[in-house]
Amino acid sequence: MRDIILIALGAILVDNFVLSRFLGICPFLGVSKKSSTAVGMGGAVIFVMTLSSAVTWTVYKYLLEPNELGYLQTIVFILVIAALVQFVEIVLKRFIPALFKALGIYLPLITTNCAVLGAALLNIERNYSLLHAVVFGLSAGVGFTIALILFSGIREKMEFCDIPVAFKGLPITLIAAALVSVAFFGFKGLFGI
Amino acid sequence: MAKPSSKAFSVLTNGLMKENPVLKMVLGMCPSLAVTTMAKNGIGMGIAATFVLTGSNIVISLIRKIVPDKVRIPVYITVIAGFTTIVQMLLNAYLPDIYKELGIYIPLIVVNCIILARAEMFASKNNVGLSILDALGMGGGFTIALLIIGSVREILGSGTWMGLTLTKDIFDPAVIMILPPGGFLAFGFIVAAINKFSVLKIRNREIASGCGMDCAGCTGEDGGDGQ
Repeated sequence: MRDIILIALGAILVDNFVLSRFLGICPFLGVSKKSSTAVGMGGAVIFVMTLSSAVTWTVYKYLLEPNELGYLQTIVFILVIAALVQFVEIVLKRFIPALFKALGIYLPLITTNCAVLGAALLNIERNYSLLHAVVFGLSAGVGFTIALILFSGIREKMEFCDIPVAFKGLPITLIAAALVSVAFFGFKGLFGI
Repeated sequence: MAKPSSKAFSVLTNGLMKENPVLKMVLGMCPSLAVTTMAKNGIGMGIAATFVLTGSNIVISLIRKIVPDKVRIPVYITVIAGFTTIVQMLLNAYLPDIYKELGIYIPLIVVNCIILARAEMFASKNNVGLSILDALGMGGGFTIALLIIGSVREILGSGTWMGLTLTKDIFDPAVIMILPPGGFLAFGFIVAAINKFSVLKIRNREIASGCGMDCAGCTGEDGGDGQ
């Protein structure tokens, strides 16, 4: 139980995917203009990351490893994730149209979100069990969402600020991200992870 | 005769400055921030990505007429993933130090938006020769951008450059620059500096620079990818 809590807190706070691992920066900067879109994107990422962690782990352990095909993991994982995203899209559209409407436009973006592939690769690298891998995927997604929502709040406020011309747009966004990252850095000493 | 060669030249130099993938188009942010704690790692990443980009541009340009439009994105991703695996194996075999430093970011070259963007925007529409030049230009631009960010962070953060001690007596290195927040900070100030210079340069023109550099470009790419 203790190890599960440690994995979860580690992925959410200490080693936050966006702010300390730099995974998923594109959506982090791209869809953080409004809190509502941040919530939608975050939800979609949590959903896909949890699923893909479970599926890629199973594929690796039961298909690639016994056949000594470990070197194919990059190709196989990206294809599994792409197929999974398509599948999730179809299933949601058919059975939970309300959720599909909320997450719809964010789903296709997730295939190229490096946080998803990153989580899948880290699961293997760290030799997690299936349960640990799922917990890691879920909490990495939650960490991504927390960072995204916090940051979108800051960006909404920033709209009303008087920013020097050269800093408008991307630069001030990056500097704000640096400050949020400093704040998350405070979690580093937590639990001695 | 003069025309095609000048076109080739402009294709090659396009990626270096005018459409620099990192500094101007804001693509491939994850590796640009993650591996640039040292200038050396930046170059390593840049060369690895350039190799993948060149390989995938060549193959995609060759098969551009046989691949049906509907399945082109999965095909492109598979080609890119193949070359990424090759790079991963080569680095592991010949440059184990760099392989260790770059770690998980090597397989993540697959999802680097620069490579898919060039496949979709350039290689799928142009012949092999031009695609190679485009890949070299874009890869070069990527490497230069990583080198700049890496140098700034390494000099300010550890007081060294490429392993040489530079700032021994001048100032104490600010460790934060090689920590995650420093990545965002350095990148933000570099883009701001480029904005500043380009504003000065084109002040006479009507276009207000700076706003055009929103990260929407990145999401736009991703949006195209998924369909």
